[in-house]
Amino acid sequence: MISPIRSSATFAVVLATLLATAVTIEVVRDRLTPAHQITARYLYVRSDTALRRLAVAYQALLADVYWIRTIQHYGGDRLSIDDRNRYELLYPLLDITTTLDPRFTLAYRFGAIFLAEPFPGGPGRPDQAVALLRKGVQASPSKWEYVHDIAFVYYWQLRDAATAARWFQRASEIPGAPEWLQPLAATMLIQGGDRTSSRFLWRQLHASAEQDWLRSIAERRLVQLDALDQIDQLEAAVRRFERQVGPERLTWPRLVREGVVPGVPVDPTGTPYELDPIRGTVTVSPRSELFPMPIEPPRAGPPTS
Amino acid sequence: MRVIRHVAVNVFRESVRDKVLYNLVFFAVLLISASYLIGQLTAGQDLKIIKDLGLAATSVFGLFIAVFIGIGLVSKEVERRSVYALLAKPIRRHEFIIGKYLGLVLTLAVNIAVMTVAYYVVLAYMSWMELETVKAAWEAPATDPALLKAIFLIFVELCLITAVALFLSTFSSPILSAVLTFGLYVVGHFNADLKNFETVVESPVAISLARGIYYVLPNLAPFDVKADVVHAQPVEWSYLALTTGYGLVYITMLVLAAMFVFSRRDFK
Repeated sequence: MISPIRSSATFAVVLATLLATAVTIEVVRDRLTPAHQITARYLYVRSDTALRRLAVAYQALLADVYWIRTIQHYGGDRLSIDDRNRYELLYPLLDITTTLDPRFTLAYRFGAIFLAEPFPGGPGRPDQAVALLRKGVQASPSKWEYVHDIAFVYYWQLRDAATAARWFQRASEIPGAPEWLQPLAATMLIQGGDRTSSRFLWRQLHASAEQDWLRSIAERRLVQLDALDQIDQLEAAVRRFERQVGPERLTWPRLVREGVVPGVPVDPTGTPYELDPIRGTVTVSPRSELFPMPIEPPRAGPPTS
Repeated sequence: MRVIRHVAVNVFRESVRDKVLYNLVFFAVLLISASYLIGQLTAGQDLKIIKDLGLAATSVFGLFIAVFIGIGLVSKEVERRSVYALLAKPIRRHEFIIGKYLGLVLTLAVNIAVMTVAYYVVLAYMSWMELETVKAAWEAPATDPALLKAIFLIFVELCLITAVALFLSTFSSPILSAVLTFGLYVVGHFNADLKNFETVVESPVAISLARGIYYVLPNLAPFDVKADVVHAQPVEWSYLALTTGYGLVYITMLVLAAMFVFSRRDFK
């Protein structure tokens, strides 16, 4: 007669052995046959309304699932070296997320940043960013943040300072909006895309950002603005030198020898700036962490009365 | 009253013996592991996701308990033929039905109470671990008492589902009862559409029929305030009272119907 304890112990040992064997077989199989890469990416249900129905009483939870999918999709494509089908599901995913949970603030605000970011950092679709934020405004008209973000996309990505100023003005009229929005709208309307406004906006975003990721984007933009200031100063010095010596092939070593610049100038990340020897323009090196640099909104002409 | 209490306590004991409370361990493990994993998977909104997940899990676990135990409350006794022995005792049929119903409601109440405690512990831990600057940006504090409003309405909704399952179990087979109860749960969340049927059809008969079904079928959508409390939207006490009142009336109706059907059943 086998005792129950002994039989249980034997059973446990057999079970553990079988499990170890299964794991070993799996490890060997994975080494011999590498896993197939899934190349096709699907959005199984494209209709946000249908998904809303299918979710029954669990729409908010399904919105969370779609939000996690959005993050994974964006992050995966951002790190990917494959240039095909980049970010093609980003907008549909965000659209579904915000239909399932129309008050999902982060999905609108982060989503708009993801969408508006130029390629390869994002799909470069500021139009979709504006559409997403407009959807947010429709769902929560009292959220000045969405209106502010629309203005931001117009200002920074679409380089349309006049429309941006109108949206900033509209945001400032929403109860609870911060006081700095009104003067910002006025300044932008008069001065167009001046760097002071850009710097102010990014500083505000940096100060109010709830997420480290957003804060680091704002920090990067502020450093890029510093680099743009430095480039302006360097180009002014190069132009002054050109006026003295006439059209000549320009290099940094030559300009250093002539005392135009104290040394080979470097950007705030320590990477040397590049100098076009013919045109005398200064740019950030593609090797720099600051590359690609943003394109600034056009500055407004003198105000007309 | 004493008889009802005995039957109810026995239903509770039976569900404990059936290891129903194991789901609580699963719930706790789900929440704790999710709170860690979600932090790795998403950019921000960890708290919102944990709140959504906790409320949804409470509702889903409760739904499964309500349906799968509810459908067996009467039919199991009939199948096992234990109903003969029970009814031979000084138990009236309506006491049997009320006792069975209250026993399952007690099981649900204990389950939801324990899940709520586990839920708040996880939320309090998340709040304790988070930086003050991040907490300042939350729509509502982690351990927002308003979440209890959603949990309360989930409980009332589950009591209603239990009543549906009990009613069906008095005359139908367990599988059919389960299918019908789940069906009614889904339809109950959509039946507001029936009220506005005139937007999709033109036939006055169809519109009247849809309107009639809207009022007859239980409307479960108002019991779902999960998204509102998570986003710190106000849920008025008057809304809570009216929805609970609606639920209680419907439950009374279903339990009375179950008593009526059961009292006329022939067990010879």
